[in-house]
Amino acid sequence: MKIAFLGASKGMGRALARQLASRGAQLFLLGRDLEDLGRSAADLQLHGASGTVGFCTCDLLQPPTFGPALDQASAAMNGLDTVIVTAGIFATQEELEADPALTARLLTADFTNTVLFCEEARKRLLAAGGGTLCVFSSVAGERGRKPVILYGAAKAGLSRYLEGLDHKFRSQGLRTITVKPGFVKTGMTAGLKPPPFAGEPDAVARSVARAIERGSAEVYAPGIWRLIMLVIRNLPRGVMRRIGF
Amino acid sequence: MTSLPSKDITLPKPVPETELSGWGHYPVVRGEERLGEDLEAITQGVVLTRGLGRSYGDASLPSRSGEAVAGSALADRILSFDADTGIVRAEAGFPLWRLNRLFLPRNWFTPVTPGTHFVTLGGMVAADVHGKMHHIDGCFGEHVTALRLRVADGRIVECSDTQDQDLFRATIGGMGLTGHILEVELRMKRIPSPWIFQETERCDSFDHLIDALKEAGKTWPFTVTWADFLNHGSRMGRGLLMKGRWADPSEAPKDLPRFRHPPTLPPIFPSWLGQPFLVRIFNRLVFAAIRPSRGILHPESCFYPLDIVHNWNNLYGRRGFTQYQCLLPDTPDHAAQHRLLDTLRRLRAPVFLAVIKDCGREGRGLLSFPKPGISYALDLPIDERTQSIVDTLNDVVVAEGGRIYLAKDAFTRADHFRSMESRLEAFQAVRRKWDPHGLLRSAQSVRLLGDRP
Ligand SMILES: Cc1cc2nc3c(=O)[nH]c(=O)nc-3n(C[C@H](O)[C@H](O)[C@H](O)COP(=O)(O)OP(=O)(O)OC[C@H]3O[C@@H](n4cnc5c(N)ncnc54)[C@H](O)[C@@H]3O)c2cc1C
Ligand SMILES: NC(=O)c1ccc[n+]([C@@H]2O[C@H](COP(=O)([O-])OP(=O)(O)OC[C@H]3O[C@@H](n4cnc5c(N)ncnc54)[C@H](OP(=O)(O)O)[C@@H]3O)[C@@H](O)[C@H]2O)c1
Repeated sequence: MKIAFLGASKGMGRALARQLASRGAQLFLLGRDLEDLGRSAADLQLHGASGTVGFCTCDLLQPPTFGPALDQASAAMNGLDTVIVTAGIFATQEELEADPALTARLLTADFTNTVLFCEEARKRLLAAGGGTLCVFSSVAGERGRKPVILYGAAKAGLSRYLEGLDHKFRSQGLRTITVKPGFVKTGMTAGLKPPPFAGEPDAVARSVARAIERGSAEVYAPGIWRLIMLVIRNLPRGVMRRIGF
Repeated sequence: MTSLPSKDITLPKPVPETELSGWGHYPVVRGEERLGEDLEAITQGVVLTRGLGRSYGDASLPSRSGEAVAGSALADRILSFDADTGIVRAEAGFPLWRLNRLFLPRNWFTPVTPGTHFVTLGGMVAADVHGKMHHIDGCFGEHVTALRLRVADGRIVECSDTQDQDLFRATIGGMGLTGHILEVELRMKRIPSPWIFQETERCDSFDHLIDALKEAGKTWPFTVTWADFLNHGSRMGRGLLMKGRWADPSEAPKDLPRFRHPPTLPPIFPSWLGQPFLVRIFNRLVFAAIRPSRGILHPESCFYPLDIVHNWNNLYGRRGFTQYQCLLPDTPDHAAQHRLLDTLRRLRAPVFLAVIKDCGREGRGLLSFPKPGISYALDLPIDERTQSIVDTLNDVVVAEGGRIYLAKDAFTRADHFRSMESRLEAFQAVRRKWDPHGLLRSAQSVRLLGDRP
């Protein structure tokens, strides 16, 4: 596997990149802090990545960096067959309601720019005859829920976009994988109270690596969230108005 | 296309207060644990850094309720490895289990391991941990070649035995009180195979146990004993002796050890399961069931038998437990050891598990725990008597010229500690030099060293 990875520096991205490195994948890291990417590259190298783990800058808030970064990844690895995006930002509903600039940044990063990045990736993967595009959305996009209205809306849009890509391009060899994490204990959620089924990044990484191997279109991680969201999706609005979930 | 300035939020948002505690669930302090990958950022201005909270008592807890501490668990990258020298460098939150699982297949191992692999490198340095190999390999700190540290005035310094040696040696075993460890560099050990050869022996009396332990240390690199101290009769102190060494490639299985993900216990276990009489029956069954054996063993079964259940500490219920660990110098007639045993018998102390180990040379940290003698790690469920039991045991330790292990301690009184620690003044002098305003402190340093809360 020749993987360009946006977001491998932290959280589930770090765990997934390690999991893939230990399976011998070749990796190229995209991110916004070169010095920090160098440290992640060293870590992944020692976790077993093939070849040299390269890296270059790519900022989710700067779309002009997307195309060139993917080209650099492809040049460094002599091709590209997988693109993974775990980069994203989170803020609580209260913080977002109080700060329109933050809301604009989050909606732009988690929806518009993630989609723009995927468009650049899609073109390159299709031109190379196909491959895998694996993107982290969220269970927050499954239903309009009080604690994640704005973040959830961005993720809902992202999930729909990824679903459409899969429908249109799978026959041309592009497999799109939508990852829908539930609550996972990373720096992103460090200040929040974990619910009973909180997941660990390493466990999420194992199930996503399996999904990439198989080409599954959708992954809930931890798996229990598939059931939880099945229930939540089917709750009547009257109930959703009353509960805090 | 929408381009926005990439505003960096390096300082973490204030996190809500949670109940923080060590492995014994006692004491509990409400505080803020700042977690993040960027250890340099999160250690700014906080009084202490903690790792995975595997110290038992209050060593990793904020000095007072509401105070913030940094948590290193997410700062867990390995940065370099030199296969010629065996030197590894990693961020302080890098956990031992990851180090082992990366390096066992390459025939390298940590030079020293404690009895759990759910610890961080930073925590291993700060407690200067020791293990089954202490009689040969000494403490972990002996194998540490350099540290990157944030000191109290905010500066980041690199220290070693040739650069700011006073700071380096005070930080080894210094329980986080000299600075925030950001990176650890250490020298790994070459091993012949990733498998262990172990022999288990039953010892029917306390004297037999101690003699066999010391005898085994002459030829075996890994030794430890588990003793039954709940039986207060004549068989008190009988136990099992485990002797191990790395397996030779010729006798080791050809495949690599498989690594498992341990199961997790429910948050709080029904406390009736932890009643002394049930534990006594359990100990008796274990002692009856374990037959003398010899053979090849998984390295994790040898070094981390308790880690097969992730959070077995919940067995002790909500009140929690403490591990009292002390070291007593030894003489050929083991007189001091018997005085400790007699005291435990007289106190009818509910020691659920006793791990006894002979120790070799003193560590190079200013406050390192081990020195030549016999170490006892005694698990005690917390009840009304715990404080007086610890006080009485500490009287014995002071009288015998022994000392206690800070990484386990929650109950020792400041005056007892001062009587055991002739090295304390030297340690405090280094602290005063590097931290004149007394910024760095913990719940433990408030209790034992007189730091302001
Ligand atoms: C089942 C079990 C078995 C054990 N067996 C042994 C054993 O055989 N031998 C032994 O020696 N110990 C043993 N221990 C104790 C354990 O090894 C130590 O307490 C170790 O320090 C825990 O590491 P941690 O990362 O969890 O640190 P924590 O418990 O979180 O912290 C311990 C101390 O280290 C300091 N610290 C942690 N990280 C940093 C940092 N980055 N910078 C500065 N200070 C820091 C903290 O402030 C605190 O004072 C055992 C513990 C358990 C639970
Ligand atoms: N944790 C959860 O419970 C949870 C639940 C559902 C969905 N998710 C989603 O899963 C994904 C991963 O989450 P996580 O918890 O692993 O997050 P995390 O630990 O906060 O990591 C986020 C990653 O995104 C990168 N990133 C952020 N802004 C960026 C930017 N402008 N340009 C480039 N990279 C940027 C970060 O890189 P830097 O090193 O540069 O900061 C970091 O690598 C996210 O999409 C998140 O929304 C998480």
